[in-house]
Amino acid sequence: MYDGKYIIPGLIVFVALMTFPIWKNMGNAGIVPKPEKPVGVTKCVESAQYMRTSHMKLLDDWRDEALRDGDRTPVEVDGVKYEKSLMNGCLKCHTDKKKFCDECHVYASVKPYCWDCHYVPKETF
Amino acid sequence: MDIKRRQFLKIAGLSTIAGLGAPAAFNLLLKGGPDTVSYASSGGEAEASHEAAPTGVRLGMVIDQRVFDANKGLAQKCTTACHTVHNVPNFGNKKDEIKWIFEVPFEKAFTGKSQYHKNKNLEDSSFLVLCNHCDNPPCVRACPTKATFKRKDGIVAMDYHRCIGCRFCMAACPYGMRSFNWRDPRPFIDQKTHNKEFPTRMRGVVEKCNFCVDRLARGQQPACVEACGNTGAMTFGDLNDSHSEIVKLLDNNFTIQRKPSLGTNPSVFYIV
Repeated sequence: MYDGKYIIPGLIVFVALMTFPIWKNMGNAGIVPKPEKPVGVTKCVESAQYMRTSHMKLLDDWRDEALRDGDRTPVEVDGVKYEKSLMNGCLKCHTDKKKFCDECHVYASVKPYCWDCHYVPKETF
Repeated sequence: MDIKRRQFLKIAGLSTIAGLGAPAAFNLLLKGGPDTVSYASSGGEAEASHEAAPTGVRLGMVIDQRVFDANKGLAQKCTTACHTVHNVPNFGNKKDEIKWIFEVPFEKAFTGKSQYHKNKNLEDSSFLVLCNHCDNPPCVRACPTKATFKRKDGIVAMDYHRCIGCRFCMAACPYGMRSFNWRDPRPFIDQKTHNKEFPTRMRGVVEKCNFCVDRLARGQQPACVEACGNTGAMTFGDLNDSHSEIVKLLDNNFTIQRKPSLGTNPSVFYIV
């Protein structure tokens, strides 16, 4: 190989620089999102695990039931009735969008378009 | 074998005719006559459903123009009530305007009626127009994403999540009751009066009157009907319920609909 004395160290330096973020964060999980749960309420409409993985599916189902089938019967959990609605249901307990929704959405880099139309509590626009 | 060009062309021509004609001839013979079903128009369907369904709920509205003529400013009150409740933006110009319910002169509301020697009373009266929630809605047929649909109770509703802003429904609606959000409506909604219980729309979707489905679900009357108070200017109810107030009104008064000849079968009636 011609110029091996330049190419091989060059490659080593290049690989080291490119993989630097991996070396640096080795064994460190990074900042884990901690969505703030509403105070004084212990139970959501579904289990925490289900809500974590499938809240978007639940919202879609609620939307179709309320809008298309006209079925707006509130969801009852432990005698408490929750409206099938993002603004008038979910956000009544989860009052802080920044500390609840955005916490994970920013971490996972998902950009749901809910807020193009739906109001955030205490919103000023 | 030696075939002349002339002979070849003759045979080719005859076999083409036989090939094209034979299946048609066989069909005729086997079915015993030409097929009489026409697949072309969907207008037949429109005509067939011209009469209201005799069963089930069909929500409708009667607008008593005599009351609106006697109470100037009442129509404006209805419009304001509706547009406030539904967070309808006010862009301040005609081009971008979003309207759910608004006033138009007689000749614009009832284009099919003759204007020759028009009743003098009609000259300075304006009619409230809104989505007719047709029994046979052309907008629903035109929508490629099922964003607009007819509910079981007759309300033609919209799911703004699904609207892609193609505006086929606007072209299909013969009443011009749909508006398109050319701009982001949020900054043009009055911050003091806006309704926090109802969402806004976003840029690029079509919107229209929804007969206040959300209010009906809570047992309330539509916002415009509520704004009329007990003047009797607007009556809302089930057109298929023979005991409802709206049916009594329809029984006892001569009413007109907008463009009935189109076969859309509107659910909004006017007492002129």
